[in-house]
Amino acid sequence: MPAYRLPHIPASEITPRDIYMSRRNFMGAAAAAGLAFAGADSAFAAPLTANPSPYKLDEKLTPKEAVTTYNNFYEFGVNKDDPAANSGDFKPTPWSVKVDGMVGKPKDFGLDELMKMNLEERTYRMRCVEGWSMVIPWIGFPLSAILDQVEPLGSAKYVSFETVVRPEEMPGQKGFFQPLPWPYIEGLRLDEARHPLAILAVGLYGETLPNPNGAPIRLVVPWKYGFKSIKSIVRISLVEKQPETTWKNANAREYGFYSNVNPAVDHPRWSQATEQRIGEGGFFGANRRPTLPFNGYADQVASLYDGLDLKANY
Amino acid sequence: MASLPALPRRYHKASVWALYVIGLCPAAWYFYLGLTGGLGFNPVKEFEHQLGIWALRFIIATLGITPLRDLAGINWIRYRRALGLIAFYYVLLHFSVYVSLDLGFNFGAVGGDIAKRPYITIGFACLLMLIPLAVTSNNWSIRKLAQGWNRLHRLIYLIAAGGALHYVLAVKSVTLVPFIHIALIALLIAYRAVRRPVMNWKRGNGKSAKPAASQRARQNG
Repeated sequence: MPAYRLPHIPASEITPRDIYMSRRNFMGAAAAAGLAFAGADSAFAAPLTANPSPYKLDEKLTPKEAVTTYNNFYEFGVNKDDPAANSGDFKPTPWSVKVDGMVGKPKDFGLDELMKMNLEERTYRMRCVEGWSMVIPWIGFPLSAILDQVEPLGSAKYVSFETVVRPEEMPGQKGFFQPLPWPYIEGLRLDEARHPLAILAVGLYGETLPNPNGAPIRLVVPWKYGFKSIKSIVRISLVEKQPETTWKNANAREYGFYSNVNPAVDHPRWSQATEQRIGEGGFFGANRRPTLPFNGYADQVASLYDGLDLKANY
Repeated sequence: MASLPALPRRYHKASVWALYVIGLCPAAWYFYLGLTGGLGFNPVKEFEHQLGIWALRFIIATLGITPLRDLAGINWIRYRRALGLIAFYYVLLHFSVYVSLDLGFNFGAVGGDIAKRPYITIGFACLLMLIPLAVTSNNWSIRKLAQGWNRLHRLIYLIAAGGALHYVLAVKSVTLVPFIHIALIALLIAYRAVRRPVMNWKRGNGKSAKPAASQRARQNG
């Protein structure tokens, strides 16, 4: 495997200490306030502490209410408010993630163990393929941390991921007109999966992951369209061949395996040049902003794709 | 044959005006929700989508008038012009919101979308086709165009089909709500193909039923 250089974070992107410390105070107070009515809103969300990290942005955070109520999570329904409305019966505990395939030491990771990883708070942009975006303070750890533990074999070239199937708890998975075949599956190249920006998130906004956001554990790959960041993961397999992925299976002309955020490659049905930042610019000031190559993470990840035709490999 | 209690003729005109008012209520309601933060976190898209869906609903209602009369004997033809025009107003609003609130009058982007994105090309073509129908919806045009009016207004079938296609292409996956709208449009268009045989069969039945009944009456008598 190639060696990785650390992401280059321009000084302008690093939030001054006094600002982020005051934000942490605020969040501490918010978390304490949240305790008072824990369980009232997003099921199972509980305060979660994490170490600060250099992964910060100089952009306004998307309000927590927007992050937890405006979601694409078709297992709970296809409308943006369905996951928040229909995920109350979903039980993210107990949970375990099976990591298997071409590895020296396959292993089932219990949720307790995953929550004890070296958790960091990382604020990332999230760009949906539909043309909207958010800025979210995730809590998680690099995916590479668990890949290292299972010791991938030399023949492993890709990583595939699988979401839980629980029709009894996920109303989008039962009845007529299911929008997608289940389980939802996703995949990354092994070098993408090992990139330090790729994390498994177990929380956001200082709390454990709410159900609509993929509790209890999900992938976050911020330089790719949001649907790559698979939610409620139960299985991670190391494989030799490029794995199948749900949206590519559904419509290969529109959704590719890579799905890197790329303003120069339009989705066949809509432009990807601009995006609407959710929660900003209300009814009259819809201020679409330009979409950045690799969602603004080109400095860190563009080298993964040296020599790859990004128009053909969308 | 089922029949509703007939609305006294003197209320006909008022009922049509009431339909315009009621018909435009969803637009006013969603606009109010948009202004007051009730349309969620992507209010412009939500408003735009609701206007489009309501346009389809009024097109469905417009297409429903004839089968309602043929099959249920309910003659609401006096409401058809209002339903068609309300559908046109919704399509116009849908497009205006897309151009203004969504794209911020970036006409380059609008033109690019219309040229490059088939579902927007189709939607825009439907809007254009609706214009002559709206313009000729008055009594004067109906008299002036005579048979030509009927031929021109058959465009509504193409518009309805285009609207359904626009909807299918715009969603990421066809789920129950889009399916119901599309299925209704397909059904109502398909009805036109079988309308003549259906009506002949109904008339035929009526003819054969009558003598049978009178025969029975004679036998009883």
